[in-house]
Amino acid sequence: MFKLVKRLTSVVAMFAVLFTFTTETMAAKKSKTLKNTQKKGFVRCGVSQGLPGFSNADAAGNWTGVDVDVCRAVAAAVLGDASKVKFTPLSAKERFTALTSNEIDILSRNTTWTLSRDADIGLTFVGVNFYDGQGFMVRKNSGISSVNDFKAGVSACTNLGTTTELNMRDFFNSKGIKYEPVTFEKADEVVAAYDAGRCDTYTTDKSGLAAQRIKLSNPDDHMVLPETISKEPLGPVVRQGDSVWEDIVRWSLNTMIEAEEYGVTSANADSMKTSDNPAVKRLVGAEGELGAALGLDNEWSLRIIKQVGNYGESYKRNIADTGILPDRGPNELWTKGGILYVPPAR
Amino acid sequence: MENRGITFGYGFLSQESSFDVQFSLIEYDGSHSYFRAYLVGLLNTILVSVIGIIFATIIGVVVGISRLSSNYLIERTAAIYVEFFRNIPLLLQIFFWYFAALRALPLPEKAEPMFGVFFLTIKGFFVPAFVWNNLDIFIYSVIAAIIAIVFVRIYARKKQENQGIQTPVLSISIGLLIILPLLSFFLGGVDATVEIPVIKQLSQTSFTYEGGLKLPPELISLALALSLYTATFIAECVRAGVQGVSKGQKEAAASIGLTPNQVLKLVVMPQALRIIIPPTTNQYLNLTKNSSLAAAIAYPDLVLVFAGTALMQTGRAIEIVSITMLTYLTLSITISIFMNWYNKKIAIKEK
Repeated sequence: MFKLVKRLTSVVAMFAVLFTFTTETMAAKKSKTLKNTQKKGFVRCGVSQGLPGFSNADAAGNWTGVDVDVCRAVAAAVLGDASKVKFTPLSAKERFTALTSNEIDILSRNTTWTLSRDADIGLTFVGVNFYDGQGFMVRKNSGISSVNDFKAGVSACTNLGTTTELNMRDFFNSKGIKYEPVTFEKADEVVAAYDAGRCDTYTTDKSGLAAQRIKLSNPDDHMVLPETISKEPLGPVVRQGDSVWEDIVRWSLNTMIEAEEYGVTSANADSMKTSDNPAVKRLVGAEGELGAALGLDNEWSLRIIKQVGNYGESYKRNIADTGILPDRGPNELWTKGGILYVPPAR
Repeated sequence: MENRGITFGYGFLSQESSFDVQFSLIEYDGSHSYFRAYLVGLLNTILVSVIGIIFATIIGVVVGISRLSSNYLIERTAAIYVEFFRNIPLLLQIFFWYFAALRALPLPEKAEPMFGVFFLTIKGFFVPAFVWNNLDIFIYSVIAAIIAIVFVRIYARKKQENQGIQTPVLSISIGLLIILPLLSFFLGGVDATVEIPVIKQLSQTSFTYEGGLKLPPELISLALALSLYTATFIAECVRAGVQGVSKGQKEAAASIGLTPNQVLKLVVMPQALRIIIPPTTNQYLNLTKNSSLAAAIAYPDLVLVFAGTALMQTGRAIEIVSITMLTYLTLSITISIFMNWYNKKIAIKEK
């Protein structure tokens, strides 16, 4: 009798081990971050503390912007509802630590993709949602019309802990100009100090300059110089080590850009299911099994387009219509003279 | 940490930092190492703390004694100052002084020179600088003067203990401090020329000053805010200390024929200091730690330069935050040890 019980338990134990083993391998395929997100019911997204056009909260606490839309797209894909995002405003200094220490799952906060950030500190950049470059803002009456007009002794206000600080040094050094960097932790203080006359110029990404110019007391007295002194590809970032989650975020962003390329919008997405173009049909989930590869259902991309819209809609809503940068410049599709080019979804 | 793909190590300290800092006591630019950037931040923190401690102590003592004044106006003004400044959060005061300073100070081209050579402008306080020849001999002469003063004091004390004769130590000390360095000019070949800041045009509407020394407005407003805030607490310590000396002591001292000055110097202060020093040590520590709020107004202290920019550029949060914490701990413990030593020195020595 005892022998029987012993044998039975050992068999049960064996099954238990086998069972946990198989579920574990399946879970590994399904991504830990994805599992946690679905369990919590919301996507944890790190954004800026307020940069109009990219991530900015209104008085009621509703976040809007192109960076915000990336997180909304992921929420639409993973949870089926673009509004299920918990936003965490982060300073430039806090952002990477918040991601690596598991406070957030996506960092979508006008963050420049560089080699050292990508390789060294446990982060993975998944793509580019805005091609930017560093520029300078000056007072119109200063007579400075080009970066070549700067003279030794110029003081430049900027944000702490950004690639801006490094580019600024490279730029002024290459010109042989001695300059005075004044770095603040928050953008609002940079604007206030520049506005008061503490600095001769305010330097950051050009999109940032355009957005912050609105906050100055007399925006019309200031202008952004035409030159761009650096490449600033801004994009969403995830933790290193969860490649499935990485793929989900990457392809959520790619879906928005590809949808624009094929003319699929939030308004016509449903009707596109019967399109003649197989690429369009794949994009809206009417053909193929693309969702399964990411551990999602097949309507994930359709939900993104329906709830958030394609990249062009997001740009128009957040950046063009708000008057920040009406001209899309490099952020136009490759088919229309820009450099937005994403791998095909197939 | 390995799970999250984070590497650990202090090797980055010797790498090139490649960012600049606006104000530094030692020679520094982006081609120096992160360790050098750390030193820049540390020295700036020490600088603002020392300036803050000195001014907070002076203002604190004056206000603390004013609060005991029999003059109603002085007493009330001091009380209002204390209640006003100690009850507003420090960060707000720092913002107030910084942005008030930025609004109130003139642009470089409109600045009125003080005594013809000092220029207080929105871009900083420009003061003349000395350009030295044989600076080392001058420094040796000052050190020699200080050593001489120590000997004079020892001699004076012995003389008073043995013969009861008082020596005017203060005037002799000041004399020594002036005469010895002066001699170094005439005999040691020391030579100093003054470099006066000169206005320079940067563009049609913007100017700055060149030459001389520049104190950034961030340093001035931070030091101002820290001293005014901490002085209120020190004033209360001083008041408590002086009030803690019993009235009988003063009366007894007066009855043996000491002058009011001597009463204060020989009887009241030595006893009051015993009560004042321990809580004042706390205030010095607070001031040093509060100086880390500098990051809000772009003063390049340890937190802004090292735990800010350097942390961001390297991404080494754990290493840098641990170094920064250890540094503040060391600074605070150093101040404590010094103040405890001083406290022991002035404590009652029972024989």
